[in-house]
Amino acid sequence: MAPVNALARSPNIIDPDGFYEELINAQRDLSDEQADMLLSKLVLVLANQVGDRGVLREALALARSSTIASSAEPSRK
Amino acid sequence: MQKTYSYPEFKYRQSDEQRLGAGHRHPVVIVGAGPIGLTLALDCAARGIVVVVLDDNNSVSIGSRAVCYAKRTLEIWNRLGVVDPLLAQGVRWQVGKVFFRDELAYQFDLLPEAQHQMPAMINLQQYYLEEQLVAACAQHPLVDLRWKHKLTGLEQGASAQDSVRLMVETPDGVFAMQADWVVACDGANSDTRRMVGADFEGQVFQDRFLIADVVMQADFPTERWFWFDPPFHRGQSVLLHKQSNNVWRIDFQLGKDADPVEEKKPEKVIARIQAMLGPDAQFELEWVSVYQFACRRIDQLRHGRVLFAGDAAHQVSPFGARGANTGVQDCDNLAWKLQAVLGGTAPDALLDSYHTERAHAADDNLRQSTRSTDFITPKSRASLRLRNAVLELAKTEAFARPLVNSGRLSTPTPYRESVLNTPDEDDFEGGLPPGHHCADAPISTEGKAGWLLQQLGHSFVLLCLGGDGAEEVSVAGVRATPLVVGRDMEDSQGLIAKRYGAQTGAIYLIRPDQYVAARWQHFDAAKIRAALRRCLALQ
Repeated sequence: MAPVNALARSPNIIDPDGFYEELINAQRDLSDEQADMLLSKLVLVLANQVGDRGVLREALALARSSTIASSAEPSRK
Repeated sequence: MQKTYSYPEFKYRQSDEQRLGAGHRHPVVIVGAGPIGLTLALDCAARGIVVVVLDDNNSVSIGSRAVCYAKRTLEIWNRLGVVDPLLAQGVRWQVGKVFFRDELAYQFDLLPEAQHQMPAMINLQQYYLEEQLVAACAQHPLVDLRWKHKLTGLEQGASAQDSVRLMVETPDGVFAMQADWVVACDGANSDTRRMVGADFEGQVFQDRFLIADVVMQADFPTERWFWFDPPFHRGQSVLLHKQSNNVWRIDFQLGKDADPVEEKKPEKVIARIQAMLGPDAQFELEWVSVYQFACRRIDQLRHGRVLFAGDAAHQVSPFGARGANTGVQDCDNLAWKLQAVLGGTAPDALLDSYHTERAHAADDNLRQSTRSTDFITPKSRASLRLRNAVLELAKTEAFARPLVNSGRLSTPTPYRESVLNTPDEDDFEGGLPPGHHCADAPISTEGKAGWLLQQLGHSFVLLCLGGDGAEEVSVAGVRATPLVVGRDMEDSQGLIAKRYGAQTGAIYLIRPDQYVAARWQHFDAAKIRAALRRCLALQ
């Protein structure tokens, strides 16, 4: 049996294209620095919403492993 | 330059109208003999309307333009009797692959529901499509196709009853024509739109794209392949489609600063393609052009007695195959309304619903295509990072895949809020609500297999899910004829019942463009009459 609070890895966002549009629009007219700051704050806001330390730990591990795996590949080129 | 295709030259002929100076008032004049103008001419003619089509040129569209035609569009061409040669010549596909850098990020399948007559999508060069549509128009006694006829002026009278006066230039000089209704299908740079002074506002995108059509014997599968940031074209995107006759269409994103003259040079294009296909690939260049695009729509699709369809009315980005597809659906919406208004069975207010329904569809297309464009060509560093993060995650994470947007392929926009609809009074579980296009389904008549959409034809129909007691209903001479499952045809695989979510005795009022106007669980002549009146803008 899966743990009660497991990281959701299947699609869970209603109207994904609409969400993505809002995500991009949130950065409209911001400098690169400001946009970085916005995304960092967004991580923290959403982490607070999730709350569950086990889920957050899984999310951190996934983001990290996916990034390392992906950057290994193209750097060879 | 093209090796697999030579352009036909259609014959200019001076009309009697110009030669004798004896013009009469034409019911419908269509400006522009591209895919949209030609489709509209066929739809009008199928409804008994005599149409004149004016085109300032005398051939088909030059070069590589529209490629993909979606199921709903094919269904419309099937209703008009022109789909067979297109299906025979076109290339069917349903799998799309999305690559990020040198890896497959994910793939999708258009997964067409089984048991529809038309496939999900075909690819075909626009010139082949136009050739078939021109041939069908030439054979139709109600279509008068006039080449080398350039619209140079347009005047609408002060009164709503006045005809439109057109000035038309031919090799024999300028002459005047009069029309009840003019439909401008003269493309994104529509002269007609300028003549009525309409606004055409929206977003112009700065990125340039290179189109290369190449002829090659390649063993790529017949799939849509899209690359984000591939090793052979760093930092940009590339799209590959197979067309008819071993011609492959490749779109290279070039970025904002590309020099279009330089980029079109064959040696430069060949180098890009060799980088993509490998140094040993055997191919020949068929066509090269560089384009920029815009997402915008005309303020009103109806300006008095002048109506706008296709790119003249709305322009979208190429990602999602929404240009030609939505234009053909404009025709589907407009032709039956012109028929009802010209026949005196509906007030011209019915044509206002052409604007509301198709502007709604255009806005949906614009929103979808703008979103795709923003994903494909991110405008800021943060947007680029988010886009790349989505693509990296999509390799392993199912949740990220719905966010990958290399173009959302054209599907018909329902007219849910249309004033022509009669909202449901009865309870329906699923099925097709008012404003939705009809779903196809296999049927049989007298043991012979067929398709539901072909039974619906070009008129109002009362689709009755079994039961008896349904009768013809008519309003102002417009008849809605019953088509009864179990009497006129068999629901051979039970799919009408399933797709229309209906119980025995349920009734759908279907519009002449095969959209649902209203539905009930039981036959009630008074209610159907009221819905038919509403659908004809009679109340």
